[in-house]
Amino acid sequence: MLALNLKGGLRAVRMRAAAPLACMHRRTYTGGLTDKDRIFTNLYNDTSPYLTDARKRGDWYMTKEIVLLGPEVIISEIKASGLRGRGGAGFPSGLKWSFMPKNNKETPQYLVVNADESEPGTCKDREIMRHDPHKLVEGCLIAGVAMRASAAYIYIRGEFVYEAMIMERAIKEAYDAGLIGKNACGTGIDFDVALHRGGGAYICGEETGLIESLEGKPGKPRLKPPFPANAGLYGCPTTVANVETVSVAPTIMRRGGDWFAGFGRKNNSGTKLFCISGHVNNPITVEEEMSIPMKELLEKHCKGVIGGWDNLLAVIPGGSSVPVLTKDHCDEALMDFDDLKSRRSGLGTAAVTVFNKSTDIVAAIARLSKFYEHESCGQCTPCREGTGWMRKIMDRLVTGDAELKEIDMLEELSYQIEGHTICALGDAAAWPVQGLIRAFRPEIELRIMKKQQGKSYS
Amino acid sequence: MKGARILKRASRRLSSSLTVDKATRAVAPIGADGLAVLPHSLPVLNGAKLPAVREGAQMIEVTVDGHAIQIESGSSILQAIESVGINVPRFCFHERLSVAGNCRMCLVEIEKSPKPVASCAMPTMPGMKIFTNSPMVKKAREGVMEFLLANHPLDCPICDQGGECDLQDQAMLFGSDRSRYYEVKRAVEDKNLGPLVKTVMTRCIHCTRCVRFSQEVAGVNMLGTVGRGNAMEIGTYVGMALNSEMSGNVVDLCPVGALTSKPNAFTARAWEYRSTSSIDVLDGCCPSIKVDNRGGEVMRVQPRTNEDVNEEWISDKTRYAVDGLKRQRLDVPLLRGADGLLAPVDWKTALQILADKLRALRGDQIGAFAGPLVEVEALVALKDLFNSLGSTATFPPTALSADLRASYTLNSTIAGIELCDALLLVGTNPRTEAPLLNTRIRKMVRHYDLPVGLVGSAVDLTYEYSHLGTTAAALSSLLTPSSPFASVLSAAKNPAIVVGTAALLREDGGAIASLVRQVAKASGAKGFSVLHAAAAAVGALDVGFVPGPSAAAPSRLKLAYLLGHDDLPAASLPEDAFVVYQGHHGGAGAQMADLVLPGAAYTEKSATYVNTEGRVQRTAKAVDPPGAAREDWKIVVGLALLAGKPLPYESLGALRERMASLAPFLAAADGEAVAPSSAEIAAAALGAPSAGQPSDAPLGVALSNFYMSDPVSKASPTMAKCVQAFGTRA
Repeated sequence: MLALNLKGGLRAVRMRAAAPLACMHRRTYTGGLTDKDRIFTNLYNDTSPYLTDARKRGDWYMTKEIVLLGPEVIISEIKASGLRGRGGAGFPSGLKWSFMPKNNKETPQYLVVNADESEPGTCKDREIMRHDPHKLVEGCLIAGVAMRASAAYIYIRGEFVYEAMIMERAIKEAYDAGLIGKNACGTGIDFDVALHRGGGAYICGEETGLIESLEGKPGKPRLKPPFPANAGLYGCPTTVANVETVSVAPTIMRRGGDWFAGFGRKNNSGTKLFCISGHVNNPITVEEEMSIPMKELLEKHCKGVIGGWDNLLAVIPGGSSVPVLTKDHCDEALMDFDDLKSRRSGLGTAAVTVFNKSTDIVAAIARLSKFYEHESCGQCTPCREGTGWMRKIMDRLVTGDAELKEIDMLEELSYQIEGHTICALGDAAAWPVQGLIRAFRPEIELRIMKKQQGKSYS
Repeated sequence: MKGARILKRASRRLSSSLTVDKATRAVAPIGADGLAVLPHSLPVLNGAKLPAVREGAQMIEVTVDGHAIQIESGSSILQAIESVGINVPRFCFHERLSVAGNCRMCLVEIEKSPKPVASCAMPTMPGMKIFTNSPMVKKAREGVMEFLLANHPLDCPICDQGGECDLQDQAMLFGSDRSRYYEVKRAVEDKNLGPLVKTVMTRCIHCTRCVRFSQEVAGVNMLGTVGRGNAMEIGTYVGMALNSEMSGNVVDLCPVGALTSKPNAFTARAWEYRSTSSIDVLDGCCPSIKVDNRGGEVMRVQPRTNEDVNEEWISDKTRYAVDGLKRQRLDVPLLRGADGLLAPVDWKTALQILADKLRALRGDQIGAFAGPLVEVEALVALKDLFNSLGSTATFPPTALSADLRASYTLNSTIAGIELCDALLLVGTNPRTEAPLLNTRIRKMVRHYDLPVGLVGSAVDLTYEYSHLGTTAAALSSLLTPSSPFASVLSAAKNPAIVVGTAALLREDGGAIASLVRQVAKASGAKGFSVLHAAAAAVGALDVGFVPGPSAAAPSRLKLAYLLGHDDLPAASLPEDAFVVYQGHHGGAGAQMADLVLPGAAYTEKSATYVNTEGRVQRTAKAVDPPGAAREDWKIVVGLALLAGKPLPYESLGALRERMASLAPFLAAADGEAVAPSSAEIAAAALGAPSAGQPSDAPLGVALSNFYMSDPVSKASPTMAKCVQAFGTRA
């Protein structure tokens, strides 16, 4: 039997967990995650995503005991694991969950799961929902209990029709098995999970834009403060968390925060889903240890860059909104928050987009500018006007139909947008352009000069 | 509904400093008492302003550009900056609307914050160091201004907003001197918002003030944003007109020339106007207005801020009916000749004929009828003349008892509605009879869930109310304890009851008044309030312009003097009666008259009016009366001279002294004070005896046509277009 006291309960949960603590020492070399330490064990759909097989994979194992540990223990364990939000901003999850009111008897509190995965290049949440939906459902219960929520809403991107069907079935299975709903897992706690399909707008993946959309309004981000933890969905305390963040919570609880913290560098702990696309021989979504060197990630899992490592031109390491990195950086970059930040880029959603030397990098970034122009909600001035303006200049830079001074002007415009908007979409639109100018200014200048000399760029 | 209320309250309580309004995601600061501090006027009762800093409010210290200041906790950074007199540029922020924070023009720097913050939306924190003039702020403002101008057409030379445009002004102050935008500009199709609001949507900067106004103040969810990003447009979704009695205010709110006044399109530039501060008399509230004229012609009317009456809104009738001042005007005395047609005569002949008639007739053969727009001066002069001729047949626009002032004014006062915690409306549609009162009630319903009950026709008031019934029987049922709304009223600490004149002027008005008194007594209300739709009503009752006990009935009169009165049925007078019409518009009254004396309209004279709450205010003369028309009191004084009963005043000053002797509060016409109806007197009025049983006819409303309720609006082509577009709103 489990010991009654909480600390003992936690230890007991861990003792019975499938794998023992693998490594307690901090390694200097990262990479090479082994199967026994993978959280998403059905990432490639080797078995069925549904409940029977999910249970075989360890989902819903001792969930009751974990839930009964109570919010404080769960949050302190998440804090100990060093888990940082997997949606892109990388805010410490335990801290974020602890912002929810603790003695609120008046209103319901909500967990909202952000499954509106729309960042170009990112396809990790999709894989989770497709192949391991019970990780998410169980995560909703555990994270929801930790933040004293009474219900979780999963806001899924409208285009994810297949994934929504799987999620719906998984939620129904969980309800039928008594894992969620009234007296979830026999804990005496009532917890509901509902799936909401969005309309397919990128901006609805922004925390408060998502809440607006969930309330049935246009997805226009709100001003903060008040932060959602004070007044979010329907004015009630709400925490919005990414699918991956929520999905890893049960495993962290079962295997212990220090197990999770054992991976990756300090402050960048854990395992992470990396979605590698572009010019690699084997595009893939793979779970790897944080802080894995970028080169190792590409060589080991993607069979390398098309044309070899020396054919690499650039990499966008964290989804479309982070600045592009040149090959020099890629040689040494570690895939974690701090290293990429020090290179003036970011881990973002860990969606690695690889460009080899066959790429027209200006056109590639111009396409991203077009994306951000199209996805701007239009609410606040710098983003509404600036994204369109930037796109127009970028379009001209592709063919070199511009003047040299416009490069500086474009960079200035991007800084005029960055940091002046309500939400982060303005920043996201500005960063790729800034990254391009920083890394490939000679390329842009060359095109302009060629054009001015009457030679068309080809 | 109840759940939503609890939610709203709870969210107010929970959020540390700001509250989110569920309806429009409005953000209002939270005060120390846990209630949202609304961006509204300070509550005012009987002219006494509450202190600017509410008692018990926590003060915190912040630093603005190095100056340490004390400010109420929960104030926004913008309020803190304004309190030291520094101007913060803004487009989307408006004191009376919810905070949108989308124009990003009000960005300021906060110490230790890496990014500039929107000062309109960010609450102050103790010890905050705010910089409004740092390089970061300067750059941010310049950047935002450049973005705003990027897609703005810069067609100022042909824009009606030119000269009074926020974008122009702020571009001069904060913008760069030349453009870097060489791309193709956005073009947006114009929307047809009806006969009042003209749109040039290409100029729109998407501040959403108009959207928030229509949703929050006007209470019509008609404007909204469609599309996103650069393709976002303001519109009515399905191409409808902006159907609201307050729609004209979006023209004032629009910081650029996207929404301008349609009737005034391309008529004048802002710097050509001469402005006169005055009041409007087309409804009973008498809102404060600014009359803009050019070359002796009233061009437009705009609201003036007056927290006690109209905040800074005016209704469409007030704003747009003024083109009626140029139509159908009486500009020369007219006499009906033997051929039955009215022909011009000179003043001396006209007045002499009338004086001879008055000399020839006995006092019980003559009577006077006052219309809805008549000022107190003319009423006093005419009453004095008729009294000296031996007649007491002076009929006011609303025939109520003038004995007790508390029984015919809006005792709760307009601003005081914000202090009541339950409201009962009887036989009135405040949306048409007093649109400004209605917006106040809506504000209270919206922010504080004020419970409102209505006895009368179930009209759309723009807010939720409980409809208690259409007949007086519903009032009787309020006296039974089982009635749910009766318990709401009696649970309220400060309930208010507002009765429309339509209910009181019926045959059984006395019985209805008695029922209302009983309801007031049962609920613990201090008296009840009367809502007048006519600006002359309270003034006439105040100076006793009411028929005396021995007054002759209209059917026995040989001479009827219609002072701006157009609604007297011809059948109520004997066929051979000599009818005199004195007024400014050739309406029904002038048509039935044998002699027409042209008077001055409210923009053409300095005249005293008492609004429905008893507030004494004066109009100011903006332009001269047309042609031979004269100020009304002068006509009466001249007539009295010729009739051999000279009045003891020949100047406006002397006349006003006479007015003050009749009713002392008329002396101070500064519009500040409402002569208070003491609680005791109001309570005494509740004890008046009951008068019979009310009939079971449904209670009506005072105005059958909101847009055409008086001689001026009836002559207005714009109002005619409004009726065509929106109907009568009855």
